[in-house]
Amino acid sequence: MKNRYEIRLSGSGGQGMITAGIILAEAAGVYDGKNVVQSQSYGPEARGGASKAEVIISDKEIFYPKATAIDILLAMTQEAWEKYSSDLNPDAVAIVDSWYVKDLDKPGVISLPLSLKAREEVGLEIIANVIALAAIAQITGVVSKEALEKSLLSRVPKGTEEKNRMALEIGFRLGKEAKK
Amino acid sequence: MNKDIRLLQGNEACALGAIYAGCDFFGGYPITPSTEIAEEMALLLPKKGGKFIQMEDEIAGIGTILGAAAAGAKAMTATSGPGFSLMMELLGYGCMAEIPCVIVNVQRGGPSTGLPTKGAQADMMQARWGTHGDHPTIALCPSSVEESFKLTVKAFNLAEKFRMPVILLLDEFIGHMREKMEMPAAGELELYTHPQPTVSPAEYTHYGDGTSVGGPYASMGSGYRFNITGLTHDQHGFPTGRSDEIQWKMDRLKDKIEKHRPELVEVDQEFMDDAEIAVFSYGGAARSAQQAIREARAKGIKAGLVRPTTIWPFPDQALEEILRRVKTMIVAEISQGQLLGEIQRLNQTHTKVIPVQRYDGEMLTPNEVLNAIVEVTK
Repeated sequence: MKNRYEIRLSGSGGQGMITAGIILAEAAGVYDGKNVVQSQSYGPEARGGASKAEVIISDKEIFYPKATAIDILLAMTQEAWEKYSSDLNPDAVAIVDSWYVKDLDKPGVISLPLSLKAREEVGLEIIANVIALAAIAQITGVVSKEALEKSLLSRVPKGTEEKNRMALEIGFRLGKEAKK
Repeated sequence: MNKDIRLLQGNEACALGAIYAGCDFFGGYPITPSTEIAEEMALLLPKKGGKFIQMEDEIAGIGTILGAAAAGAKAMTATSGPGFSLMMELLGYGCMAEIPCVIVNVQRGGPSTGLPTKGAQADMMQARWGTHGDHPTIALCPSSVEESFKLTVKAFNLAEKFRMPVILLLDEFIGHMREKMEMPAAGELELYTHPQPTVSPAEYTHYGDGTSVGGPYASMGSGYRFNITGLTHDQHGFPTGRSDEIQWKMDRLKDKIEKHRPELVEVDQEFMDDAEIAVFSYGGAARSAQQAIREARAKGIKAGLVRPTTIWPFPDQALEEILRRVKTMIVAEISQGQLLGEIQRLNQTHTKVIPVQRYDGEMLTPNEVLNAIVEVTK
């Protein structure tokens, strides 16, 4: 395992990328005990527009809080893929949503039915961000599954715990299938 | 006891720091990128018996905190550039009437509505000179989430002691960034609350000798009689046109800073012992500089960082000493040269000063600062 990861979660405003970034950072920082910095960039609109959250996870102190060479990229929309996939490391893990990202200009990208499974199995497309986090944890090991679950359940609204647990399981399963 | 470690935004840490410092009143008008401070205060204040009030605009917001503070509350407001502009008139009122309060400006790109969701460090001069007339200014500038907490506590302490508005000059980069921090235990950080007068109401003078810095002053409604006005006033707060009293009042305001610089100014230095190249930077920009000097050191270049956490009063003495010592100073800021101008003012030794600036809403990258360092060594 590397001692520093730069992770970018990108999509459209309203898809929960910043929330996902916070959950990931809290999991790695508070529960796994790593150093973390989380930052985001978004436009003035509340919905729509490209949105990204970045998380840096490191064994050492982190000074500059933004990602410059991406180790793990999540792109939930075509626009996000085109806007945010230019600075990937050569060995980066890139995961995209198969429903919204159709046109891939790089080889080796992992395309997963994140929003499709969220709709079909949970009945809530908004929960695709949680499925994506679980898939990232499964594929990369950047955060422990236990830490991710603790952080997630401490952040989600009361009454949604079951749906969120379900989303985690779907994500772990998609991750396992992708690794084969 | 288990440590209380939390993942927090700079803005959230600021609100928690305010509560820790004993803030019991928040009045303001939410504006990106400072909104989380108001949100957090609206959640936290009622739980401890404090008051949160959302006003119709930022002018009313600062009005409420001046009123609350004059009545004895520890009061705060939070805003960003456009709201900070609206507050300028009453900021001066707070300086003149000597009312302790904390004004947080989470800087975004300007001028005008500018860049609501993107950061800048271009309100540095507005913090100093935005309100008219000669007046004292204290402004603190955090570079991390933990510093956002601690400098908010310090801002309240200084406001209480120096009896004036204190500005916390955050920026969007730090305000919206999340890091983990260990929450200080109760009693771990020092808190200052101004003493109440002990003399009888008949003997009390609200602006009397010994009440300027660290002295007692009464709250409105406490039984002590005094007047509050924005007009230049005498020791009782009543307007005056006498030149000796005007001179007395203006010296009183000036001396708050001039006679207490060592207590007010704090400058953090990294790798400066043998540095030939100093990077001068503060707030969000300093994070890029911290990374850059380490990369420079890895290349064998003797570079260090000078990072003030008090931007007003400006660290004149420390800077002059460093300018005499180093060969080159690189000034890294997210503005078109507001910080650079202060360095040039103090550069009596004609040390080579190189600006590194960015003002497109993004942080400087460590490479931009590193390239400037490497260029110097060629």
